[in-house]
Amino acid sequence: MVSVMAAKVRQKRIAQLIARGKRLDGREPTDYREIQLESGLIERAEGSARVRLGKTEVLVGIKIEAGEPFSDTPNEGVLTVNAELVPLASPTFEPGPPNENSVELARVVDRGIRESKAIALEDLCVEPGKKVFVVFVDVYVLNHDGNLIDASALAALAALVNTKMFNYEVKEDEIKIKPGYKPLPMRNYPIAVTFAKIGDKIMVDPWLEEEQVMDARLTLTVEKDGKICATQKGEDGYFTPQEIFEASKIAQQKAVELRKLVVKE
Amino acid sequence: MPVFYENRQLVTPGDLLAENEYINGENTYKENGKIYATRVGLFVAEDKRIHVVALKAFYIPMVGDTVIGKVLEVTLGGWVTDIRAPYLAMLRASDALERPFKPQKDDLPSLFDVGDIMVAKIVAYDRTRDPLLTVLERGLGKVSRGQIIEITSTKIPRVIGKQGSMIGMIKEETGCQITIGQNGRIIISGKSPEDERLAIMAIRKIEQEAHMSGLTDRVTEMLRKEKGEKSKKEVVENVSKET
Amino acid sequence: MSQKKPEKLIDENDVRSDGRKLNEMRQVKIEVGILGNADGSAYIEMGKNKILAAVYGPREIHPRHQALPDRAALRCRYHMAPFSVQERKSPAPSRREHELSKVIRESLEPSIFAEYYPRTAIDLFIEVLQADGGTRCAGITAASLSLADAGIPMRDLVSACAAGKVEGRLVLDLNDVEDKGGDADMPLAYMPTMNAVTLLQMDGMLTGEEFEQVLSMALEGCKQVNQLQKEALKAKYKVVKEAAAEKEDEGEKEATE
Repeated sequence: MVSVMAAKVRQKRIAQLIARGKRLDGREPTDYREIQLESGLIERAEGSARVRLGKTEVLVGIKIEAGEPFSDTPNEGVLTVNAELVPLASPTFEPGPPNENSVELARVVDRGIRESKAIALEDLCVEPGKKVFVVFVDVYVLNHDGNLIDASALAALAALVNTKMFNYEVKEDEIKIKPGYKPLPMRNYPIAVTFAKIGDKIMVDPWLEEEQVMDARLTLTVEKDGKICATQKGEDGYFTPQEIFEASKIAQQKAVELRKLVVKE
Repeated sequence: MPVFYENRQLVTPGDLLAENEYINGENTYKENGKIYATRVGLFVAEDKRIHVVALKAFYIPMVGDTVIGKVLEVTLGGWVTDIRAPYLAMLRASDALERPFKPQKDDLPSLFDVGDIMVAKIVAYDRTRDPLLTVLERGLGKVSRGQIIEITSTKIPRVIGKQGSMIGMIKEETGCQITIGQNGRIIISGKSPEDERLAIMAIRKIEQEAHMSGLTDRVTEMLRKEKGEKSKKEVVENVSKET
Repeated sequence: MSQKKPEKLIDENDVRSDGRKLNEMRQVKIEVGILGNADGSAYIEMGKNKILAAVYGPREIHPRHQALPDRAALRCRYHMAPFSVQERKSPAPSRREHELSKVIRESLEPSIFAEYYPRTAIDLFIEVLQADGGTRCAGITAASLSLADAGIPMRDLVSACAAGKVEGRLVLDLNDVEDKGGDADMPLAYMPTMNAVTLLQMDGMLTGEEFEQVLSMALEGCKQVNQLQKEALKAKYKVVKEAAAEKEDEGEKEATE
């Protein structure tokens, strides 16, 4: 555990470097850390993927179960995203009910998938108004070294792309599983790009030490055609409108690069 | 060198008050050479100095201030006291007893118990700790009679008046003993509840009209009028009793 | 029991389902300082939204371990009353309320001089009594006023407004049916003095160009809200001032008689 004094000194150092346009790990403001992606590692889940973004590690598992549709969308399957900041991932994570950070993380990842209509939910309807499939996206943060949002969103997307749905038939009101699988019907591939603002400098993919000194955070989620489908400003600082416009353009570029890791064109 | 408001105009937080060679005073801040208001209040420009008379503010402890506190809790070493500030104050046993504190012998609640009112002085306060009080000076200590009223702490200087002129006048006109706490609490102790009521009326009037001139005269007049009517009423009652 | 959805949200003449023009904000009514116990409070009606905000503080912080050594800790609770929406909402805080409490707090923090009051808490409560889309914006607008009403020193008021895209057209201040049935909704909170965007969220689909246009529209809405906030603050004190000024006149009259 680093003492409070030492942490503050290091924070000042980072802020000084940033002010001169340098990042402590040598990256450019628009560089992501090294990304490793592995899919299908949890056979019990219908789909899974693990992302390593620098030292940040997130595992996402997908489970599909039968359930009831929402009353205002009787013909559609249901998407539900949950995020766990597991205590072993960071000395700052405590066991207990979801805190505001894990709720925000889950909802931002959810928004990207939902608003881009990434999953063809209407193909998950078994009996309109009565029975549909529920797609459970469970985000499990295994190591927190900054930028959980982008790592989680990427892992969630990769896990969904990896997801295989069992074949089934409906007999006497029951869903009977048949042999064989088909991929989860996907129509879009949203990518989250998160920026940190330190002083008046803006950079992409903040790692933990940058996050500890950042004034504000901005996430833009971009879908496959370059449209922005979700936005979230976080932390207690602010952005000027100009900074937001510039970030949106960079986000659109980075999304194209990152998507290549998940979707082979 | 522009100033954007006239004296006594109402301003709100974030309003741009002035630019460049002005000095920013109370309830304002300066950024990039521009002075902005931080609170709702009245704009005042005196020479090169700009400040805002806040219409609402709360008391922030200052070392040396005389305050009126209320005991909330008796602890092992002293009393936790409410002084109507964002911070609770502490009166340690050593600042209430003239001799060393002996935990076995000295019974703290018998000195000050929960709910007791005291006049105290702030002896220590900084950003890292809660204010410390003392009652060991003349005029300080437990208050056993009178009424307490609370007013906005920013109006206290008006209640006191220039060199104590206002408070002195009220004391004379009502015959009450009045103790003023910088934290916006005032203790009034008179020979009768009627006298106390007059003093309270006067202080409430000052609170309402603090930003207007000629206040001392108006308060004096009001007090005399009230007293005059009271004695007239008494005469009438006495007359009707006689007949 | 579900609401009847209007056939179209915007007609051929660019008139919205509630009669508004595309860039027209809903009717706003604001009152400051209406609660007796809170240190500061404000009530806002924005269209059918009815929202109450209140502040306690700066005050001692409990639990103690939440105290910050160098500044006041701003804590915020956004909560919807069970009867505020069409289908009764359970009183227990939902995940949405958790998230909104966080982003609302983060929208107001840059505005207060928290460093003046270390180790204290400033507790903000936002209660949505009736909801019709845009409650977080109306809530932020009221919350900022209640901070000013409490006499907490601030750099600027925070003003909030949403803009978005409905049936292909860019609109200002979406109500509930427009938010649910539209293409995109972008709530925004802004501090005009510092040109600072302190809350920004968006859900829907917008091209890069539309994103900029919607954001600019929301900013204009925020500037309008800022004016209304200042007027509401002044209105509260004008009454006091006028009453006092009347007495001053009376005083002068008596003196000359």
